[in-house]
Amino acid sequence: MNVLLMLLVVLPAWLAVPLKYTTRTASISFFSSTPLEDIDAHNRQVGAAFDAATGQVAFTAAMRDFQFKRSLMQEHFNENYMESERYPKATFAGRVLSYTPELLQQAGPQTVQVEGDLTLHGVTRRVRVPGTLELRGTQLLMQSKFTVAPADFKIEIPALVRAHLAKTMEVTVEAACGPAT
Amino acid sequence: MIRPFLFFRYLVLLLLLTGATRAYCQNDLLSSLERQTADSLRPTYTTATFKGTRVINGQSVETPGAHTLLFLISHRFGQLNSGAYNFFGLDQATIRLGLEYGLTDRLAVGVGRSSLEKTFDGFLKYKLLRQGSGPRAMPLSATLLATSALSTLKFGDERTGVRRLTYTYQVLLARKISPALSVQLMPTLIHRNFVATSNAQNDVYAVGVAARQKLTKRFALTGEYYYLLPGTTADQFRNSLALGFDIETGGHVFQLHVTNSQGMIEKFFVPQTTGRWWQGDLYFGFNVSRAFTLGGR
Repeated sequence: MNVLLMLLVVLPAWLAVPLKYTTRTASISFFSSTPLEDIDAHNRQVGAAFDAATGQVAFTAAMRDFQFKRSLMQEHFNENYMESERYPKATFAGRVLSYTPELLQQAGPQTVQVEGDLTLHGVTRRVRVPGTLELRGTQLLMQSKFTVAPADFKIEIPALVRAHLAKTMEVTVEAACGPAT
Repeated sequence: MIRPFLFFRYLVLLLLLTGATRAYCQNDLLSSLERQTADSLRPTYTTATFKGTRVINGQSVETPGAHTLLFLISHRFGQLNSGAYNFFGLDQATIRLGLEYGLTDRLAVGVGRSSLEKTFDGFLKYKLLRQGSGPRAMPLSATLLATSALSTLKFGDERTGVRRLTYTYQVLLARKISPALSVQLMPTLIHRNFVATSNAQNDVYAVGVAARQKLTKRFALTGEYYYLLPGTTADQFRNSLALGFDIETGGHVFQLHVTNSQGMIEKFFVPQTTGRWWQGDLYFGFNVSRAFTLGGR
């Protein structure tokens, strides 16, 4: 009897705990442009999660899943710059600033600021980036565009190719998350 | 009927539980995401076991990626011990110009022309096994190589086209032991359609070993040795030994080395090496490769 009572009390409360949204097919792309060379790469197998109760955000991306137009560039990216054997993943754990669950009830993309720890090439930095959030049907859409400087993450660029790589990379993140089961 | 006291206890318990999870939420969300995505990790293939498609003279397990065209210039000066009159070998040169193209990420074709014996060569190269990490990953890479070489030199005799052909078959087995150290084993068979003397072997067997040790991200030491299996060829010729280093700069790879072999294709350096290291019969040389990407991936 006691167990049943506990279930009756706990179950509705547990169901009412707001949803987490997640996906394995978020995308991250980056772009570097110099007069000598344009470099762009994308990764469409990024894991993303959003906690609609608290506004917590998490991303994880395997470095080896970044695809380049040139296979040699991809090799250099993993071998010489990101050292993917030692640092296989990039992660982000943060939260939407001044978040309330009511934000998702508004129509259209909501502009937000996200602050958190970005880990890349084994270096973790606190960053704050702009983005948008939108609840469309059962899908939670996240979008962000920001810049990352390789030098901030101890990614060495030899003098010989310095003119080919921009000082900062333009990073675009897009995620369409479904309710977590 | 719910007793108010019991209800209150459950409520407190529930608040405690949710409160506790909320405090660690930031780490929890990322770690639960990482747990979820862990099983989707596919085996990843090891890349850049060697910097170039050549270790020094011989081929490495690497092929140009899909739609990549590689232009190779291989160059050997004359013998270092040929004296001041020949400027220690720098007056003389043998050269091979080559093109290699990746039809897929695993299959490559190549052609080349060596100044030595005015030889044309062509090859097919296929990555049979690829070293990787993750579930069901291979511990090593295996690349198959088949080459043919046609000498167009005017010999004294009337030599037919068929007699001018030499074939090489290699199984290249390599393992990238650490990001810096790679090793390779190369069982080799060379078949010569025509040999000049009756006691020379048409089929020559050899086993090669090679290694690459990175000193920095873009600079590496390389070594390569081909051991001729006992036979008349092994009695008359030397085993090929080459030592050098690789320098990588963007789309180029520069390889500088010394070797006791003059030729830059298998049919020369495996069965026809004559130089003796300890007597200074050494050839200083370099390989330069440039990659061009044709079309999209």
